[in-house]
Amino acid sequence: MGQSIQELNLNQDAPTRDNVLITSVDKLINWTRASSVWPMTFGLACCAIEMMAAGAAHYDIDRFGSGPFRATPRQADLMIVAGTVSLKMAPRVKRLFDQMPEPKYVIAMGACTVSGGPYIKHGYHVLKGVDRLIPVDVYVPGCPPRPEALLEGLFRIQEKMGRERILDRTREGVRPKILVE
Amino acid sequence: MTPEQIAESVKARAGAAVLAVDLAPRNPSIKLAASAWRDVAKHLRDDVGLNYLVCLTGVDRGAELEAIYTLEHLGTAPEDGARWGISVRISVPRADPSIPSVEDLWRTADWHERETWDLLGIRFEGHRNLVRILCAEDWEGHPLRKDYKAPATYHGIKNVV
Amino acid sequence: MTPPESLAPASQGDVRSEEMLLNMGPQHPSTHGVFRVVIRTDGEIVVDCEPHVGYLHRCFEKHCENVTFLQSVLYTDRLDYLTSMGNNLGFSIAVEKLFDGLVVPERAQYIRIICAELNRIASHLLAIGTYGMDIGAITPFLYTFRDREKILAIFEAMSGQRLNYNYIRPGGVAYDVDDRMVESIKAFCKYFRPRAQEYNDLLSDNDIFVRRTANVGVLPADLAIQYGCTGPVLRGSGVKRDLRKDAPYSIYDRFQFEVPVGTGRKGTLGDCYDRYMVRVDEMIESLKIVEQAVAQLPDGPIKADAIKNRIRPPKGEVFARVENSRGELGFYVISDGKETAYRVKCRAPSFHNISMLSEISRGAMIADMVAIIGSTDIVMGEVDR
Repeated sequence: MGQSIQELNLNQDAPTRDNVLITSVDKLINWTRASSVWPMTFGLACCAIEMMAAGAAHYDIDRFGSGPFRATPRQADLMIVAGTVSLKMAPRVKRLFDQMPEPKYVIAMGACTVSGGPYIKHGYHVLKGVDRLIPVDVYVPGCPPRPEALLEGLFRIQEKMGRERILDRTREGVRPKILVE
Repeated sequence: MTPEQIAESVKARAGAAVLAVDLAPRNPSIKLAASAWRDVAKHLRDDVGLNYLVCLTGVDRGAELEAIYTLEHLGTAPEDGARWGISVRISVPRADPSIPSVEDLWRTADWHERETWDLLGIRFEGHRNLVRILCAEDWEGHPLRKDYKAPATYHGIKNVV
Repeated sequence: MTPPESLAPASQGDVRSEEMLLNMGPQHPSTHGVFRVVIRTDGEIVVDCEPHVGYLHRCFEKHCENVTFLQSVLYTDRLDYLTSMGNNLGFSIAVEKLFDGLVVPERAQYIRIICAELNRIASHLLAIGTYGMDIGAITPFLYTFRDREKILAIFEAMSGQRLNYNYIRPGGVAYDVDDRMVESIKAFCKYFRPRAQEYNDLLSDNDIFVRRTANVGVLPADLAIQYGCTGPVLRGSGVKRDLRKDAPYSIYDRFQFEVPVGTGRKGTLGDCYDRYMVRVDEMIESLKIVEQAVAQLPDGPIKADAIKNRIRPPKGEVFARVENSRGELGFYVISDGKETAYRVKCRAPSFHNISMLSEISRGAMIADMVAIIGSTDIVMGEVDR
């Protein structure tokens, strides 16, 4: 889960601790980014229903700052690939990923995006894992994963955001790789 | 109408083109030659009253490819609820599979025939837009054939495990 | 295709107006999955549209030819992933029909009906909630999902899964139902009855919702039959066809329930509002069936002895259909005596329901396209298989 603002504060001086915040620029910016990760609506198949359930009242992803699901990739930080990616859809997934501005993150939600899922052996038209196409930050297994599992995936993304450095503009140290074997 | 009566009416219309009749109650069917299909289809729709194409199944039988049309009568009046109908089977040789299209008779056949072309490779003569519907536009091969081998890569992406 | 006369612009001298080609999808918040529509518009009026499907083609039929019948059940779950119980039921009935004279135990039959109808309620709840969200009303979505969670909790207790249950199998059901689960189903029935009125208050009589859906996307009955439409899409056009009444399968003939049809009460017969109201009314009818089934639930085994351990049907071909929440789902199964099917063809209702999109959207506005697509309530998992 993302940090609270009290944890960021390095100020130990008792009278001013509540009013004067001393922290590093990296920590502050990472905290603001992790507290409002805006996902893109990219529900493809059954996992989309669990993503919608995570957005609905019972599991409520909005309390972690990720309530507004942006329809356009140009306004989103996070792409939750929820559902099987077919080979017909693959070029569109790549194009949407390219349209997202940096820093961008990808959650591969569900067994199909992790490695092809139940369609791995005879699925001629199924992409065997979305990491063959775009770099994936967090994998959430399940068929479909429970909304709580998706929330855990979101927390790992927030932890990952906590490790970014503002001076590393190209994100060389933290950007994942596309798996091409 | 019972399947027997439908079969009789088709035999009266098409004569020798009716190759076999199977009246098992579980799945009654008429085996027809491809050349007589359009005429029989018009007869079934207009005279017999089978106004509803439920399903078009394509099957790879080895030496032949088969298309099975499941036809039914769907009544619009509330009391006209009895669902009666029959299946029509048409077999074509694997080397040159071609069946006349009936997409202007039952509009739902439009997409069904495109799907059978896409997955099995049966060509429907007279179809206005016979292009792939389920697989990608530049896909090669007909996946539901028994001898189909999936491609190893697709546009540079590895397609096998 | 030239626009109809009434839509042609009045003479504008030398000003040339061109048609615009607009691409909606495959990634779009309102297309209910990966569905692409290429729309030709004259300003804001839709001149013609062409649906493109296949973006979720997951090779279901190829899998059925390579895995056993029992393993195929979990692939049928993922066809129309909102009515997994119904898909399982359709496939199980088709496989059971291959065994002439197979008797499914009574307890299993009643459990199947309870599951199928609860699933219908859950599916319609989602359809109504997302339809409201497409039109612009966000609140009903949260209310319907609240009630859907209660049904999913019941299913999770029965089958272990919230979605894609893999529960109704050829010969019976996978696991038995104990008294606590039956009590929770009874409690849900008591809880849900007044809720349908809540949805009517929130959405059905809302002036903005009515103005956006009435008289929009009118589907005449004969066109619906030509395109093979079934389910609420066909019943919304006034055709009272429901397989559960016309050709009852399983034990549906033992229950009392009505079949709602569209009446054109707020606009024209066969418009989007009619299709929506058919779904709202169907939820209460399904609730009646669940209450009756729970009251009559007998004791006994839950799997047929003949195919308890191994499903190896005799040679034969069969076509069986069930009435799912989107329409008639059919399976044409060809068996050649092995444990694996020779060919399974799935006749999906959404495949037909969306094929008529170009016919009913001519002359509509771009915003109406969203209302029309939402009212057909398609699930791309079964369109593309």
